[in-house]
Parts: sequence; structure tokens; C-alpha cells
Amino acid sequence: MNEPNKEYIELVKKKMPKSKHLLTMFRAFWVGGLICCIGQGITDLYKHFFSELPEEEIATLTTITLICITVILTGFGIYDKIGAYAGAGSIVPITGFANSVASPAIEHKREGVVLGLCANIFTVAGPVIVFGISSSIAVGIIVLIFKGAFI
Amino acid sequence: MILDYLQVFLVGGIICTIGQVFINTTKMTSARILVGFLLLGVVLETIGVFKYVKEFGMAGATVPITGFGSNLAKGAIKGALENGILGAITGGIEAVAGGIAVVIFISFIVGLISSSKTK
Amino acid sequence: MKNHTIFFKNKIYIEDTATIVGPKEHEGPVGKYFDKNIEDDLLGQKSHEKAETKLHISTIKYLLNKTHRKPHEIDLCLSGDLLDEISGANFTMREFDIPFMGLYNACATFGEALIAASCFLDTDNFSRVICSTSSHFSTAERQYRYPLELGNQRTPLAQWTATGVGATMLNNVSGKVIIDCATIGRVVDYGLTDANDMGAAMAPAARETLLAHLEGTGRSPDYYDLILTGDLGEAGHRLLILLMEEKGVKLGSNYCDCGILLFNRMAQDVGQGGSGAACSSTVFNGYVYKKLLSGELNKVLLIPTGALVSKTSSLQGESIPGIAHAVSFKRV
Repeated sequence: MNEPNKEYIELVKKKMPKSKHLLTMFRAFWVGGLICCIGQGITDLYKHFFSELPEEEIATLTTITLICITVILTGFGIYDKIGAYAGAGSIVPITGFANSVASPAIEHKREGVVLGLCANIFTVAGPVIVFGISSSIAVGIIVLIFKGAFI
Repeated sequence: MILDYLQVFLVGGIICTIGQVFINTTKMTSARILVGFLLLGVVLETIGVFKYVKEFGMAGATVPITGFGSNLAKGAIKGALENGILGAITGGIEAVAGGIAVVIFISFIVGLISSSKTK
Repeated sequence: MKNHTIFFKNKIYIEDTATIVGPKEHEGPVGKYFDKNIEDDLLGQKSHEKAETKLHISTIKYLLNKTHRKPHEIDLCLSGDLLDEISGANFTMREFDIPFMGLYNACATFGEALIAASCFLDTDNFSRVICSTSSHFSTAERQYRYPLELGNQRTPLAQWTATGVGATMLNNVSGKVIIDCATIGRVVDYGLTDANDMGAAMAPAARETLLAHLEGTGRSPDYYDLILTGDLGEAGHRLLILLMEEKGVKLGSNYCDCGILLFNRMAQDVGQGGSGAACSSTVFNGYVYKKLLSGELNKVLLIPTGALVSKTSSLQGESIPGIAHAVSFKRV
């Protein structure tokens, strides 16, 4: 078996260029903040025009709108440029999730609609769905057990 | 009004900056970052902290994937309290069904139309 | 064979070379040395894989036209690329009536092909062999990394897979440049696991091969006008200089890396530089070969480097093995 060369791994850690922390963090901060502000703007618009809707439905509508915008931007090949600039600023918002569903769908279309596009649509975002649903069921069961704490 | 947006910008920006720190220092890929923040949202909602973040940050707290996680947990809690075991299972998905349905549908449509471009 | 180094009994000549590159490579610092370039790297095909194959076919056809050779005059074609089952090369050779052997050593495939071809030619059973390798940014990206449209940041250590094809025709009769000796590398793995940091994973292999070559030939680095590693990138290239110093060998200004030459690192946003099976083959067949012909260079050592990574193995926590082969060229 091949033993890792610890000295070399240390040397690589020391010598190889690192991410520029301040610059990337600043970019993530302002783009992430801006995307959230756009979300707030959409919420306020919906509140203004559909004032009869309950708050939860407006929140869902906002999410749906953001998802649609992102997927269309992804289709035009714009969102990955935003991502290359902003990093986590455009990954962490819900738009990043939408992008990670749309991008493999577009990429794998060439292997066919069923076995390409549909089979690969969750190759990146699948873990989010799996963890999301599993954790929500876990929370539900916890709530059932410790009912008193949640009422 | 302006102050509201400032709060949204601040909270959303800070959440994303934390994500960037993880990317820079741990070489996490985007799937792991998304899962991490989703679980954070689930936990914060379950222990009852998320509503304070949301009160202050509004869309700054709900637009990041943490908001998605919080919705999942909120739905599961609500379902479990109202419908027992069945509610505990379906509550989470019900709460985010709109988002997931749309993301699949529109990605499917755009996937059919668009092709990836070389960078 | 001393230190894995072969001295060829026959003179192995380069008859001619051909290169076709993508638009980004054409804009790079050595862009004007390539024979042809394409505007759209999809080439009107349905997929980038098909485009890569078409590019490979055009390059070999162009090489045959350039040298006025018919397919039956070629005894063997040694080709490879980065796709699964080297499918690009396989589909390319479907179009030609030439015996074919597919090779894979990741980005070091071109070195492997040159050495294998030289050994065949050395036996006198063969008289003319083509070596070619191709790579394409968009096919490599989806195979080894993420979908093209996924909005993620490239790490500072990432490299840019070159789009292009380089082909060399070798014979044992006549030419202006010969391959006088070569060193076959062995797989070296120092335990690095970051699939974005190929330069550091391959640098130890490059050192091993270079040391073996210098020892086996009794030459010093100054013997060569140019020592060129395949695709270590800027950071990996500096790392190799450091690694060689550890062993008491100083690499001077005659050492460079194909990945650095191929792109303008700052202006073209390519991370540490170019990479891919076409990186060393296009830079050598385009830039270096023309410099050898014009006499600006007389002795060149090319060391294509390869990171033998697979997506499955790196997900399973395996480290990245590296390999490098050294080929020495001389102007006659």
C-alpha cells in the first residue's frame, strides 16, 4: 500500500495559493444580501397586489418566483457566471438550489429525455431533498414524542 | 422601509458569508453547503430560534436555503400536532411542495429547450 | 535499461505535426503557433463529445494532407483522450483505415504515445506511426466535475482543460527533429486527495521521472534549451522547482510548463493554467516543434504529466496517483 507522504502534504498546504478570504467573503456578502433583498421586494409586491392572501402563501409564491427566475437565468447560461463571481452568495439562497436542479437537467439532455434529463435532474440537488424530507420526518416524530414542548 | 431592506441585506449577506467561509476553508462543494444550511434551518426552527431570526431578517432569513429547512420543520411540527403520525410524515413535504413542484417542472421545461454553453 | 531510460538505436524522426485548438487557446500567448483554430467548440454537433471526436478526425486528416500520406502508409495510430473508455479516440479511429491502439495515462497520454511509438519504430517492423491526443473543456468538465451551468466557484487551484487536438507523425527515415531518448515514468502517489489540486498531485511524479532521466542520461538540466512539464500549472510548476531543489537539482529559467504557456493566466481566468491531454500535445506540436524547426530551440525535454484520478475513486476517498513520462527531442 502507498503511505501518504506527510511532509509533502504539509509542504503543499504551506506553498499552494489559498482562496482570497476577504474578497470572496465580500462578494458572497453583497450578492447574497442582494438576492435576499430581491426576495423581499417580490414579497412586498405580492403583499401589495394580493393583500387578501395569507402570509404563508405569499412566502411560497416568492420562493416560486425566485426559482423560476433562476432556472430561466440558468437556461440562458447567466447564473453560472453569477456563481463564479459570488460563490456562496448565490449558492446558499434558494436560487442556488434551483440552479443545482436545472444545471444537470440541461447538461444531460443530450443523453435523452428519460434516461438523461430526468434520471440526472437530482444528481447535484438530490441530497438536499433526501436530507430535507428525512429531517422533517425526524422532527415530526420528535414532536409526537415530546408533544408538550411544542404546544 | 429602507431600514427593513437594510436588515434583509444584512441577515442574508451574513448567512451567505458564513457559507463562503466554509467553501474557502473546507473545500466543501455546493451540495454539501446546501445540505448544511438546510439542516441548520431545520434545527433552528425545531428549537424555536428561527422565528426571531425571521422577525429581524425577513426575506434575509427565508430566501437562503435555511428558510426552506425551517419551512420543512414548521410543516412537520404543525402536521404532527394536528394529525398525529400521518401529519408528522407528510407535514414537511406539504409545506415545501410548491417549491419542489415548481423547481422540477420548470427545470424539466428549460432542460428540454436549453443546452449548456461552453465557458 | 538504466533508470527507466531508453536510448533509441534507430533515429526516430518527427515527420510533421498538426494542431487544432479551441477559441480560448487561440487567444492565448502561443495561439499563433497552432495550425488551425475553431470559432465554436461545438462544431455544429449535437454534443461536445461528438465535437471532440470531429476535432480529432479533422486533425489527423489535416496531418495526412499536410504530409501527402495515404492511410495505408501509416502502420499504427496511438491515440487517447480523457473520456470514459477513451471513446473520443475510438470513434475517431472508426473513420480511418489505420491500425489503432488506444492509450490512457490521463494528461500524460501524449508522452506515453510518443514513447510507445518510438519503441515500435525502433524495431524496424514499423515505418510510420501517428501519435495524437485530444481533450475538450466541456466534456472533461462534465465528466470529472460539475454540469457547465452549475453556479459554483472554481477554487484558486483549479486548472482549465484545454480544448484541442495535437498529432505527431513519427518515422525512422527522415525529418528535422529526432527523439533521442525517453524515460518511462512510474506511478507516484504522495497521498493528496484534493481533486482540484492536480498540480500538487502530479509534481512528485514529475520529479521522480526528471531525476531518473537526468541520472539515466548523465545530463544536467542545463543540457536542454527547454524543459517543459505537461500541465502542472503555475503553482505546481513552482512546487516542482522546490521539490527538485530538495534533491539538489536547480531548475533554471529553461524550465517552463505547457499549462502556463497555453493560456494568459491573469486575463483569461483559467486558475493555475491549462490542463488536459491536449495541453502538452498542442503546445509541443504547435509552439515547441516550430521553435525546433526554426532553430530557436535545439534540445527540448518534454515531460507530460497525468493525474490518474477517477470520479469514483476520489469519492471513495482514494488519493490521486500521478504519472509523468519524459521525452527528449533534438534538432538535427
